[in-house]
Amino acid sequence: MRFGASYQGSSFNELLAQDHSHLRPDFPRLEAALDPSRIPHGTTVLSFKYADGVIVAGDRLATEGHRVASRDIEKVFPTDSHSLIAIAGAAGPAIEMARLMRIELEHYEKIEGELLEIEGKANKLSQMVRQNLPAAMQGLVVVPLFAGYDLRRSQGRLWKFDITGGRYEETEYEATGSGGLFAGESLKKSHRSDCNRDDGLRIAVQALTDASDEDRATGGVDLNRGIYPVICFCSESGISRASDDEIEGIFRSIMGDAR
Amino acid sequence: MSMPFYVSPEQVMQDKAEYARKGISRGKSSVTLEFADGVLLMAENPSSLSKIGEIYDRIAFAGVGKFSEFDQLRKVGVRYADTKGYAYSRDDVRAKALANAYSQAMGDVFTRELKPLEVEVIVVEVGDLTLAGHEKNKIYRIQFDGSISDHEHYCVIGGAAEELDNMLQSEYREGLSLGEALQLGRRALEKAAQGSTRVAPENLEICLLERDRPGRKFHRLSTDNLREYLGA
Repeated sequence: MRFGASYQGSSFNELLAQDHSHLRPDFPRLEAALDPSRIPHGTTVLSFKYADGVIVAGDRLATEGHRVASRDIEKVFPTDSHSLIAIAGAAGPAIEMARLMRIELEHYEKIEGELLEIEGKANKLSQMVRQNLPAAMQGLVVVPLFAGYDLRRSQGRLWKFDITGGRYEETEYEATGSGGLFAGESLKKSHRSDCNRDDGLRIAVQALTDASDEDRATGGVDLNRGIYPVICFCSESGISRASDDEIEGIFRSIMGDAR
Repeated sequence: MSMPFYVSPEQVMQDKAEYARKGISRGKSSVTLEFADGVLLMAENPSSLSKIGEIYDRIAFAGVGKFSEFDQLRKVGVRYADTKGYAYSRDDVRAKALANAYSQAMGDVFTRELKPLEVEVIVVEVGDLTLAGHEKNKIYRIQFDGSISDHEHYCVIGGAAEELDNMLQSEYREGLSLGEALQLGRRALEKAAQGSTRVAPENLEICLLERDRPGRKFHRLSTDNLREYLGA
């Protein structure tokens, strides 16, 4: 741990690159393409706006090819008091990217004494996704969603990314990962930007249930094992997470309606 | 060729120390106090440039003397802590290691450079009662020449440090509430300011490390909050 190294800026990612390059995730130096079925992959995450801000949700399953890698992995991470990242793709680099993103935002805040604008945060993440492009070409694809509450404009905002670091702000909803198509279709029908927290929670559980119905790699609600999706609300007052009991109740009522 | 005058190393060190002390005593003091729910850091500071800052989850920093110098030290501390927490775990970032690193760096400057640092800094860590071996609060003071000391209950840096030490020794007691600690800290800073009878709340910079806060324990108290506590 060098003290007083040479980097003088306020980005943690650049600090690592310049002064502690041995600590950087160095996937891009891989020689050959990896067999994606041997690496755990996160599957379905989604985000949409609701009356107080944004909701971000993800199922809990990770797969290695046709095998279950983990039944209770988490794919939604708060990156600071008012923003979240949801990850789909190769779980290892994706979780590392989420961790680095959180430290990046906290580091900037401490060094500069001010929070980044939410647009600045999204832009920072897009640079990190772009840096991962060589790894993505070899099978380690990471495609996050980034969402948060814009304290200056008093509204929820969300972005999707492509593997080149392309950053696209969405006005209503977005879903990604293997079950993203089905979750997106579900959201398209059920979503309203002015819905309240309870309706938002129901829409999120419904979308994940629809995705898990059509996509075998998406976990949905697992009543037998008591494993529930992560569903987070981000509003002016910060981030809160729906309890398992709440999700279970809504899931049971959705199933009841379907019968 | 002219002969350089011989100056004894002792004289050189004395001159440097005197220079540093002069610089530090021109500025205002800063007080750190343990209270029932954590640690309180206070400084008289009418400007918007902070003398107190967050280093990591449970660690804070306070500096006095030349702003550019202690702010640079603060930033180096943040970089050190974030890198260490990234490489190991968040609980591995401890105040003692950081204080030692400051001591090394400041001692190095004092012996090698012509101009010593005109700063004194405090590194504080609030305890975590749920982690064995991390329960106690830690307060370290590092002086311009790199000399380091650890303190219990309270610590003062800046020009009037010795005088305020005596005052706090007689007035401090364990288990102070936040309100009581703020009152005591303000009295100490007023004594340091000599003559200026009251230090107005808007001229105080107050930061807390609160033990029971989830995640990052560092918290800046607004002037309005402070007024409530001081009842002014």
